[in-house]
Amino acid sequence: MSEKYTTRERLKIDRQKMSEQDPQVRNANFAEVNLGLQEKVALLEAERCLQCRDPKCVSGCPVMVNIPRFLDLLSEGNLAGAAQSLLSDNALPSVTGRVCPQETQCEIECIRGHKGLPVAVGYLERYVGDWAQGHRDQVPMQVAPATGRRVAVVGAGPGGLTAAGELARRGHEVTVFEALHKPGGVLVYGIPEFRLPKKIVEDEVSRLEQAGVKIVCNTVIGRTYTIQELRAEFDAIFIANGAGLPVFMNVPGENFKGVYSANEYLTRVNLMSAYQFPRADTPVLLGRRVATVGGGNVAMDSARTAKRIGAEASMIVYRRTRKEMPARAEEIHHAEQEGIEFEFLVAPVEVVGNEKRWVTGLKCVRMKLGEPDASGRARPEIIPGSEFVIPCDVVVVAIGTRANPLLTATCPELKLNKWGNIVVDEQGMTSLPGVFAGGDIVRGAATVILAMGDGKRAAAAMDEYLKTAPRLSRSAAVAV
Amino acid sequence: MHEIIAKQGLSPNVTRLDVKAPRIAQIRQPGQFVIVHLAEGAERIPLTIADADPERGTIALVIQAVGKSTRDLVALEPGQAIAGIAGPLGKPTELIEKGRALCVGGGVGTAVVHPIAQGLKRRGIPVHSIIGGRSREWVIFEPELRQLGEVTVCTDDGSYGRKGFVTDAARELLAAGGIDMVYAVGPVPMMRAVVNLTRPLGVPTIVSLNPVMVDGTGMCGGCRVTVGGQTLFACVDGPEFDGHHVDFDGLMDRLGTYREFEQRASQACEAGQCRVGLH
Ligand SMILES: Cc1cc2nc3c(=O)[nH]c(=O)nc-3n(C[C@H](O)[C@H](O)[C@H](O)COP(=O)(O)OP(=O)(O)OC[C@H]3O[C@@H](n4cnc5c(N)ncnc54)[C@H](O)[C@@H]3O)c2cc1C
Ligand code: SF4
Ligand code: FES
Repeated sequence: MSEKYTTRERLKIDRQKMSEQDPQVRNANFAEVNLGLQEKVALLEAERCLQCRDPKCVSGCPVMVNIPRFLDLLSEGNLAGAAQSLLSDNALPSVTGRVCPQETQCEIECIRGHKGLPVAVGYLERYVGDWAQGHRDQVPMQVAPATGRRVAVVGAGPGGLTAAGELARRGHEVTVFEALHKPGGVLVYGIPEFRLPKKIVEDEVSRLEQAGVKIVCNTVIGRTYTIQELRAEFDAIFIANGAGLPVFMNVPGENFKGVYSANEYLTRVNLMSAYQFPRADTPVLLGRRVATVGGGNVAMDSARTAKRIGAEASMIVYRRTRKEMPARAEEIHHAEQEGIEFEFLVAPVEVVGNEKRWVTGLKCVRMKLGEPDASGRARPEIIPGSEFVIPCDVVVVAIGTRANPLLTATCPELKLNKWGNIVVDEQGMTSLPGVFAGGDIVRGAATVILAMGDGKRAAAAMDEYLKTAPRLSRSAAVAV
Repeated sequence: MHEIIAKQGLSPNVTRLDVKAPRIAQIRQPGQFVIVHLAEGAERIPLTIADADPERGTIALVIQAVGKSTRDLVALEPGQAIAGIAGPLGKPTELIEKGRALCVGGGVGTAVVHPIAQGLKRRGIPVHSIIGGRSREWVIFEPELRQLGEVTVCTDDGSYGRKGFVTDAARELLAAGGIDMVYAVGPVPMMRAVVNLTRPLGVPTIVSLNPVMVDGTGMCGGCRVTVGGQTLFACVDGPEFDGHHVDFDGLMDRLGTYREFEQRASQACEAGQCRVGLH
């Protein structure tokens, strides 16, 4: 907290606004929606923090970022200090500042938010993270002397990348194995450019590589190498292969041409750049009317993507109401601004197609909200006789993902729960000694910051484990 | 990077590339495939591992140049390289333990049948292969398959081997009895015809499916096929399935999803905007 303001004055500062691309312009391009803060705006917003003695925001954050500390340094204009502080808690602030659901984590707890608007922690995290990316020399990664230990990380999503950084920092030799041709996990194949520019992920990856992390793409663990083969070669392993198995609706017509899982739709457009077809080789069906089923971030990303690649109408079909939608508040708001249409209290029962089996519509029923279910959200019930058809030519199914069994099926020694997620102890260790796991493969589809938290915790536990673990005599079967 | 070590034209539009991929060459099993990613901006394409030389560290990819992406691949020359090859993917072929096997290969599918016949031969299973093509120059992998067992070649126009479809030859062979398992790979109508032959005879038949794929790891569901009324992902649950339960109509239909795009890509390519042309 700088000396510039008294508490009274501080309380008078309004929450600063993020400037955005105009909705009617941005819904036709893939450039980032949020344009970032100016330095003086960021510093002013940081002044709004009251430096509470018992900062509730910190306990709201799944990885307990010391928010008042970095905001304090920021308000003083000490950007390097703020960045150093933030990065010691959170390896990817440029990412989380953009994708964390702040309104249900740090910002909801902010004391200022009880009367008025909370401190814009997410915006400031993004600001400091981006500053750090542009000033690498001022926040160097301190790497401990080499320990001679080799560690493998499976999956280059936020969980794997965070663990890799933490392990490298502690002097271990880290190799990350990634199934796809590009590292980043959901951050590159799922979350679109307009929300999280790929450049940010690439920058983080290059920072890891500079710190000595080796990233090996096109390598599918469970196929190219098994976990047991990696165990013979590496002193410890962290598995963070995500929850990348799409769930379908299980309704008639789901295999008609024009029905995509959100994973496929977004992968084609993001990872494979289908929006640039024919400059990029991978195509995607350009629906005139696109119906996306679901109410989470994945659904918002799909519907907003559809609009950007030219859909005249892009609709969200959700079984509950706006209030229950699990997406980040900002994404819902942005989707509304961009002209996405919402059909609430509606559930699909069938995909309708023509004689050539192309999608022509989505048959739905209307729902009403009944008693709360296990998740505490009101359970939707069908209103009898309420069937109707939403005309559309592309349907995107964004109703969730499950654990991908490819890796676990080839390593029966890994204990799983009934949904196929890997079971770990408090240290993040699986039923196999020296093999740790975290992120969506353990939690089911969750969030970026939770995956990162798991990566960080597991890295610390692995470091402890490696202090006493036996040294391997290696067979050099895994040539990387 | 995976260097092209050798290149050979097998038929007017089928090319064999022997590509450096030491790990895959070492551990691949019959029935498995790789996802090939030529370069940034290219499609990810699934290709069966037709053969491998573990000593040299190469795998053989047999590519039918049908669209822009496959044409870009076959335009590569020895010394050039493919950016990414992921694999081996998919489940290995279920090879029978005893009895006699019939392998039926149509067109480029013959290259997929080859590793299966190799695997069978290694187990000491007698293999009879029936392979075919439109005419003589379209028949591929005949010498390789001859080393593994008896081969009957069929051509539609009778310019080589016997005149007629592979299914005609298969019908006769199956009627003679003594076949315990059929492996059939080729165009969808061919696989369907073989399955229709073997179903009434009760001869188990494995087919290899080639739906559209993106990741090849079970992440996108684009490769979904219906088998026995169940939705399965060909890249992880297959690509080989019990032919008697495959919904071939559904497969055929979904394979047509991007037809219009393929035409547009080819036109762009002919207008000189090919990836390889730009290098
Ligand atoms: C479209 C979309 C939008 C989202 N939006 C948000 C959001 O706004 N905020 C938020 O907090 N969360 C969001 N999420 C959820 C969040 O992305 C995930 O919870 C998070 O990415 C999980 O991280 P992870 O490291 O566990 O796995 P992932 O990010 O899934 O990464 C796993 C990686 O492992 C690789 N892999 C898989 N199998 C293998 C194998 N066998 N061998 C080698 N590599 C393998 C995968 O290719 C992938 O790169 C979103 C998810 C999606 C799909
Ligand atoms: S990591 Fe997420 S929850 Fe934690 S402070 Fe940052 S934005 Fe808030
Ligand atoms: S190719 Fe994506 S799931 Fe099979």
